[in-house]
Amino acid sequence: MLNKYPLWKNLMVVVILAVAALYALPNIYGEDFAVQVSATRTTTVDTQVMGRVEDTLSELQITPKALTLEEGQLLVRLSSDAEQLRAREAILRELGSDYVVALNLAPATPEWLDALGATPMKLGLDLRGGVHFLMEVDMNEAMRKILGQMRDTIRTDLREERIRYTRVERDGNGVSVTLRSAEDFQAALRYLDGKYEGYTLSDNDTTQEITLRMTETKLAETQDYAISQNVTILRNRVNELGVAEPLVQRQGADRIVVQLPGVQDTARAKEILGATATLEFRMVDDENSVRDAEMGRVPFGSELYPNRSGGNVLLKEDVILTGDHIVNASSGFDENQRPQVNISLDGVGGDKMSLATRDNVGKPMATLFIEFKATGDRDQEGNIVFERQEEVINVANIQTRLGSNFRITGLDSVQEAQNLALLLRAGALIAPIQIVEERTVGPSLGQENINMGMQAIIWGFVLVLAFMVMYYKKFGLVANLALASNLVLIVGVMSMIPGATLTLPGMAGIVLTVGMAVDANVLIFERIREEIKAKRSPQQAIHHGYDSALSTIADANITTLIVAIILFAVGTGPVKGFAVTLAIGIVTSMFTAIVGTRAVINAIWGGKRIEKLSV
Amino acid sequence: MHELIKTDKTIPFMRFRLGAWIISGLLIIASIVSLAVNQLNWGLDFTGGTVIEVGYEREADLSSIRETLDSNGFGGAVVQNFGTQQDVLIRLEAQEGEKAQQVGDNILALLQAETEESVVMRRIEFVGPNVGDQLTEQGGLAILTALICILVYISFRFEWRLALGAVGALAHDVIITLGLFSFLGLEFDLTVLAALLAVIGYSINDTVVVCDRIRENFRKYRNSTSEETINGAVTDTMSRTVITSLTTVLVLLALFFLGGALIHGFATALLFGVLIGTYSSIYIASSLALALGVSREDLMPPEIEKEGEDLEPMP
Repeated sequence: MLNKYPLWKNLMVVVILAVAALYALPNIYGEDFAVQVSATRTTTVDTQVMGRVEDTLSELQITPKALTLEEGQLLVRLSSDAEQLRAREAILRELGSDYVVALNLAPATPEWLDALGATPMKLGLDLRGGVHFLMEVDMNEAMRKILGQMRDTIRTDLREERIRYTRVERDGNGVSVTLRSAEDFQAALRYLDGKYEGYTLSDNDTTQEITLRMTETKLAETQDYAISQNVTILRNRVNELGVAEPLVQRQGADRIVVQLPGVQDTARAKEILGATATLEFRMVDDENSVRDAEMGRVPFGSELYPNRSGGNVLLKEDVILTGDHIVNASSGFDENQRPQVNISLDGVGGDKMSLATRDNVGKPMATLFIEFKATGDRDQEGNIVFERQEEVINVANIQTRLGSNFRITGLDSVQEAQNLALLLRAGALIAPIQIVEERTVGPSLGQENINMGMQAIIWGFVLVLAFMVMYYKKFGLVANLALASNLVLIVGVMSMIPGATLTLPGMAGIVLTVGMAVDANVLIFERIREEIKAKRSPQQAIHHGYDSALSTIADANITTLIVAIILFAVGTGPVKGFAVTLAIGIVTSMFTAIVGTRAVINAIWGGKRIEKLSV
Repeated sequence: MHELIKTDKTIPFMRFRLGAWIISGLLIIASIVSLAVNQLNWGLDFTGGTVIEVGYEREADLSSIRETLDSNGFGGAVVQNFGTQQDVLIRLEAQEGEKAQQVGDNILALLQAETEESVVMRRIEFVGPNVGDQLTEQGGLAILTALICILVYISFRFEWRLALGAVGALAHDVIITLGLFSFLGLEFDLTVLAALLAVIGYSINDTVVVCDRIRENFRKYRNSTSEETINGAVTDTMSRTVITSLTTVLVLLALFFLGGALIHGFATALLFGVLIGTYSSIYIASSLALALGVSREDLMPPEIEKEGEDLEPMP
């Protein structure tokens, strides 16, 4: 029979809408103010911690809405933001710095919905407030470091093999070795050939030079490593900041995105994320005169570095240990109540330190603090130029043979000790990074954006609804029903896709979809009117109206979808959010406008004898 | 039934095409001249630099803020109200040196020290200079890719003359919208770029509907001239074109007035783009195709043996 849908089609429409509505539901419950407690690397959050938190809260006479321990995280739900702040401070005081205590907004989704995996849409930073950083990794420095290590290894190996060289230095993407004699050259050639993985060998026997060059694979691996190490370290540092649900993600070849929802103190965040520091422990060269070196006569095997008081210190070129062996660092006070930093090393680092200090008890060891600061300039290839700032922050006599645990004293202030400890604890970076983009949105603006976005959606929606009813009467009502279902579908789908984030432009995308989604119905209804004018029966008119409009609608929407996909591919952040809602809106609106309205129209008018259509 | 457009008689749209060409030509020339002379007021996303938005409790005293900034070495700062009298937007050009990332925090501290009321940080944005260059490149590339993809799709689904007409109309919309932004000195940021792509999406939607009808009518009325057929198709789709534009303009007005200052540029670009897109899909796309010599033969379905006669023409 004309204009009757089979049962399965009606059921499909109902089921799809019901599922979408179910998954859209969590969005109306809002969020609870919460404090989130998670563990650092050395601790765990368990029922005992939960007990301590409970006691702390009852002392403050705060009754939490709920207290849940899940996946090693403790979530304390509270009823107001004032309570949230008080609770956080008290818990922080109680638990100390071994735990990360962060402010958070936890979705107040009822349990039965939660069990179905239904969660509210994720809000972008422009809606919930927070900081977005885009960071760029300095690959040149990563290479410099790796090749520096390679140079040291080659020197040691050659010495052990008793092959005499005049020079071993970094050279572009490799290390070049100049040998003392023809015999040494031959020996080195035999020895070095194929010894190091990822390096190719070339030689020149007139100059007795051997060059080890990194292979392309090794080069790519190194760069990959530099990025992933940075990502790991940034994650650790972000944890230091105490942020709930941070995002640290690689973007492209040499960039990293860091998003910190809810963070307001950008200055501190930047200091911790942006500055890179590492330490080198070296022996002080106390056999030669600093004054001579200052005059330009730096002895072979030593280097001159400035210290904090404006003078200079002469250090041995050999590095005992670099910062990447540091496992943990914390600030504290020594016996004389002066700030100090306690340092723990990993096994390899402990061995190295032990070996180096064995024969040097009583001699001075220096801590060289190296910081990379972006100069703001770029070289010809467009890479950021970093200034390597080196400073001897401490010279201390080695009191005893050092092991995996030791301390640096003589720091100027508590603040400095804390900052240094923080940076050291988070690890030393192989390659420095620079913030190339920052976007911070305050919480008041975020809420305002949500409100304004909602206003625009509601008013846009109401205006279109009113127009459609006025113009298309009962059929207009059906179109409006489709439009409302479309909104539910968009919200439902957005909530279902884990990576989808709602942004302010995303809300604009929803508004735009509301305006454009009726297009399909307009096309169909206009066709039906034409058919009626052409003296077809109402049933025929409906049938042909839908049929002939279908291909037009498909073509029009596919071209728009192409645009949305391109927008998604090239856009970043908020613009991507716009592309997502636009694309989802196009697909869902086709479903509601074609299948959805047809189901309703068929159910009301289909298969009956009717004289006139209300269109 | 209500009707916005009486469609009993075919409106001879194509008769006025010379006028439309002249108007569009003039608009395009004006846009290009404006783009060359005024250029675009590139936003922070593209130029790099720092933008700080702060909220005061009472009406903000812009001149005293300017003084504070001037005397502290931020001479080139642009200070203006943003949205309301209490909100102030401060914009600085890209600064040299490592301090660039710190500028936002420094200014915030400065303003806070200067006044007794509390100054609320609403937004800080810092964009490094190189990021902007890449964005400009990406943005231009995105628009070109979009146009090429559409050209290919429509050539495949319809016919190359219609495709060229459609893409010509899109380029027309983009250029004139850019021209408007340049002429009025409106800020061109990332959201406006997104809006521009959305305009392309909207306008192509419109154009495809018209093209679809042109093809259908070519197949239906075998004895009409190309011009008559196109006139008929544009007339047939006229009320749909107007209604969809109307609903879209309605929601965009809501966005423009209620969406807040951040979304203003976006709404402006779309609002203007939808209007110009509606005009271009009526006049430019079809008249371009007509000028390129589109005819009935180009749009007939491919013959499929003998049975082809009985089949409905494939869409």
